[in-house]
Amino acid sequence: MKINKKAIFSISASLVSILVGLILGLILLFVFDSSRALVGFEALIGTGISTAEKFAKVLYQAAPLILTGLSVAFAFKTGLFNIGASGQYTIGAFCALFAATVLGTPWYISLLLAMIGGALWGILPGLFKAHFNVNEVITCIMLNWTGLFLVNLLIRNIPQMIQNYWAGSITNRTVKLALVEKFYGVQTTIPKAGLDTLFGGSSYMNISIFIAIAVSIIVYVVLNKTTFGYEIKACGYNKNASTYAGINAKKNIVLSMVIAGGIAGLAGGIYFLSGTAEYVIEKSLLAMGFNGIPVALLAASNPIGVIFSSLFISYIQVGGEALQRYQFSSEIINIIISAIIYLSAFSFLIRLFIEKIFSKKHREEEIKIEKEQKGGAK
Amino acid sequence: MTIEMLGDILGSTIIFAIPLMLVALGGMFSERSGVINIALEGIMIIGALIGCLVLRTFNLSGFGPAHPIIAMLITIGISALAGAVFSLLLAFAAINLKADQTIGGTALNMLAPAFAVVLSWAIQGQGNTVINIPTWIRMTESTFGLAEGTGFWHNLIFKSLYLTTPIALVILLISIIILYKTKFGLRLRACGEHPQAAASVGINVYKMRYAGVIISGILGGIGGMAYTIAAGAGFQSSVAGYGFLALAVMIFGNWKPVSIFFASMFFAFFKILGNYSGSLSFLPQFENIKDSNYIYLMIPYIVTLIVLVLTSKKSAAPKAEGIPYDKGQR
Repeated sequence: MKINKKAIFSISASLVSILVGLILGLILLFVFDSSRALVGFEALIGTGISTAEKFAKVLYQAAPLILTGLSVAFAFKTGLFNIGASGQYTIGAFCALFAATVLGTPWYISLLLAMIGGALWGILPGLFKAHFNVNEVITCIMLNWTGLFLVNLLIRNIPQMIQNYWAGSITNRTVKLALVEKFYGVQTTIPKAGLDTLFGGSSYMNISIFIAIAVSIIVYVVLNKTTFGYEIKACGYNKNASTYAGINAKKNIVLSMVIAGGIAGLAGGIYFLSGTAEYVIEKSLLAMGFNGIPVALLAASNPIGVIFSSLFISYIQVGGEALQRYQFSSEIINIIISAIIYLSAFSFLIRLFIEKIFSKKHREEEIKIEKEQKGGAK
Repeated sequence: MTIEMLGDILGSTIIFAIPLMLVALGGMFSERSGVINIALEGIMIIGALIGCLVLRTFNLSGFGPAHPIIAMLITIGISALAGAVFSLLLAFAAINLKADQTIGGTALNMLAPAFAVVLSWAIQGQGNTVINIPTWIRMTESTFGLAEGTGFWHNLIFKSLYLTTPIALVILLISIIILYKTKFGLRLRACGEHPQAAASVGINVYKMRYAGVIISGILGGIGGMAYTIAAGAGFQSSVAGYGFLALAVMIFGNWKPVSIFFASMFFAFFKILGNYSGSLSFLPQFENIKDSNYIYLMIPYIVTLIVLVLTSKKSAAPKAEGIPYDKGQR
């Protein structure tokens, strides 16, 4: 009973953050163009479920978001802030694309390689934190940029990965996987399993959302039903106390970052093996890794909650694309999301505030009942 | 390689080192007061956005071309103000609400580019998000009544000289004095090392931490403007990760102003080497590698990682950074 109450307060704190973020978005729309603000807001809120195809896109973007969110959430449980999910995601994307285009491996092998790549990129901040006590946030930021430049360099120098090797003259994008698939005669993209016809022939739909949900459930079980999960959480609460209790905190910190990195790498693999996405040589960090942070924060690092919060973020992102039809910049979505993260930075206070209101009401009701009972006794 | 080219390389190094140094100094003030400022990237973007909008107005009104130095001074002032105001969001969350500082900073980093795109879109019309920088802000020999020169000294000093450079050097000097020679500096440092001890001798920790964050906002705002000028392609709602690079510069410089100056020169030098690597015969050419400038771009980050490990035992990182100040804690 008590646990349920805590969860309810936690969820309502997230809902308050979302509500405030959306209201801010509405105000912004009114500030920029009041005549179109309401239709714009309607597009923002309604586009995600307007057609089966749009909904397929929500699910398509939610799958990698769930995984990057899980990556951040998992590290949070050990008391680590994995701001490096972006770099791990980029390395994972590279490994998956390399496997698919150069090695011609089937999709599940490519995903496995993506996971290993991400894990390797995650082990560094873990080792640095555990053995040299270097702040993982700084290491992660350095590795994000190193990873981005490294992947750009590698892709530019592996001709099979670039479009012009196969057809056409574009040199800054990776090849469309459909071409590769024909060449190797192997299923390099994530299978659609007939889901695309179910969603009005949307090319976005494949089984990746189910993979992501399955991983969330596995993470939930590991965290809540195994000794390893218990140790990880113990390290997060108090590293010194857990060391005193005989838990190898250093090992757990490294393992936690390896797993977080692996999940973020898998996210990169899932997104770029969908067959619709191509890696473009980028000058700035990939946003998908960073969007894992609001996903994890909104879900209060609960692996099951991550599924819902990433669906929400993906949903309003699809709505944001529709905003452009009404001459609004789709970046308004990022303002809303950042307002939500800002609020979740002190979600604890909001939770406290909600609890206060509730307990006050509860107390008043109790007094009322007591009074009534006394009155009845008379 | 000719001597002219050396002047060219050093001159370009300075112009890219200036924003790094300013922003890293800002980060230093914030962290010395005990607040981790990851939001430097966002602060830079806001400073650059507002600064470029001011320049645009000066350019359109004709005031800028007529009085370039005054216009530039006002612009830098407003950039600083914009950065300071934006940093208040971090200060409020981190100091008053005791929120997680890295998460609050992440939110601001996300907010700033989105806000910049939305605002420049709204002001300049649909889809046009690049704010151009007028050419009159550059200072040449004629600004000082000298004859147009060539060669080493021209390339080193006048090829890309903007008012931000001398101002940044003055700020470096002032930072050293403030941090080490004033009562304020001593108190600020105390708040970053042991705020409870500082409070016990009557220092208002909240005020000092606000001061630290606001100074980082001021320097970050100017730094953002300086970066946009250095990059030269107009303001595109981004500072290309220089805020994060400045964080690395700050750590590399061990939270000390003079070391930060040298660290920023080191980082900028590698950025410029990447650009010139094709025409410098003594550098490894990586002939069979396309886009080898990415190798040079990676080096500062990798070196920082190595330095972090080597110096972890004697790092001068403020002890209380990142920990919300709690009066009752001992």
